[in-house]
Amino acid sequence: MYNFTFHRPTTVRQAAGLLARNPEGKLLAGGHSLLPVMKQRLAQPSALVDLSQVEGMTGVELKGRSVVIGAMTRHADVAKSDVLKEVLPGLASVPGSIGDPQVRNRGTIGGSIANNDPNADYPAACLGLGATIITNKRRIAADDFFTGMFSTALEDGEIIVKVSFPIAKKAAYEKFKHPASGFALVGVFVSKRGPDIRVAVTGAGSNGVFRVKSFEEALAKRFSPKSIEGMTIPANGMNSDIHATPEYRAHLVGVLAKRALAKATA
Amino acid sequence: MAQVSMTVNGKPVTGDVEPRTLLVQFLRENLRLTGTHVGCDTSQCGACVVHVDGIAAKSCTTLAVQCEGQSITTIEGLATADGKLHPMQEAFRENHGLQCGYCTPGMIMAALDIVRRNGHELDEHTIREQLDGNICRCTGYHNIVKAIEAGARAMAK
Repeated sequence: MYNFTFHRPTTVRQAAGLLARNPEGKLLAGGHSLLPVMKQRLAQPSALVDLSQVEGMTGVELKGRSVVIGAMTRHADVAKSDVLKEVLPGLASVPGSIGDPQVRNRGTIGGSIANNDPNADYPAACLGLGATIITNKRRIAADDFFTGMFSTALEDGEIIVKVSFPIAKKAAYEKFKHPASGFALVGVFVSKRGPDIRVAVTGAGSNGVFRVKSFEEALAKRFSPKSIEGMTIPANGMNSDIHATPEYRAHLVGVLAKRALAKATA
Repeated sequence: MAQVSMTVNGKPVTGDVEPRTLLVQFLRENLRLTGTHVGCDTSQCGACVVHVDGIAAKSCTTLAVQCEGQSITTIEGLATADGKLHPMQEAFRENHGLQCGYCTPGMIMAALDIVRRNGHELDEHTIREQLDGNICRCTGYHNIVKAIEAGARAMAK
């Protein structure tokens, strides 16, 4: 790992100031994506701004008809949140499938979303529920936030403070786990909140997380696995690597969407 | 260089480190606590698991400076001062929960975290699932699982 300077602000304002003074710096959340990349010398930030001491960035809270999760909330803490398990079990099930127990003890929701790994789980949950990403500057709809593989709408010096998830009556996530890495080879998040129907896919698209409009339209008539029976999505634009072909990934999208729908409507 | 202070196995320690120093490096090279191992160095294998404020973490993916002011427990901190093994260590000995022994410190630290999260009555399925982040390259899982089940029960006494 290349060396860097290390900073531990206690407020979001201080953190933003440190980022402004260190344009080649990066925010450090749980560090379980960033530190491995730095160890491989694929990233070389001049400074790390550790958010772990910043107040008010952790916790899961019910706010009206939404659940608001602090950006620095660890995966393990989201997974065991009683309020979340009660009002939005589909979302509560997501962090429990990330990495392994020790990774979940350190990794955070904000870090995962900011990184936007094309195989990560939280981007699918955000897009699949129509979440709002709240930064120190503005509120960004998930539909506008994820702009491609490892890229987001975040500007320089912008810090995710919390994420607000509207409570959908029906919501579920299904994932085909890569057996070694635990990442989603394909993961599908489905939800229905009144007329708003969402099917979001991670792991499959070569441009990161995306929505399947054809499935969503079919589900508008009836939110049931039967509504998308026999439907497929084109393999064009799917990822291809040693683990799966584009055709296989496209096939998995249909299979997992039906499983998620079955779970959401059970 | 940065100065870092933390509590390790109950004792306050201070060190001058480069910010890029990993917690596992600090423990092994500065403090000479070589019970914590580096297996894969890529957060996969769990040989480096220690507890940070009571919660299991992979010390190869944690910077020493991130642990400023925190309390670290390593495998060396489990036995009592007179050398009496922790019940989980004793269970690994009793059940021969190791082959070459390289993964053992991480397995035991991870096992204690499994007990913290899941209680003292653990079934085989839970233990195997919760050992997702620890690899025994001798594939000696059978006795490791038995040891954790027994150790968890012994800790309740």
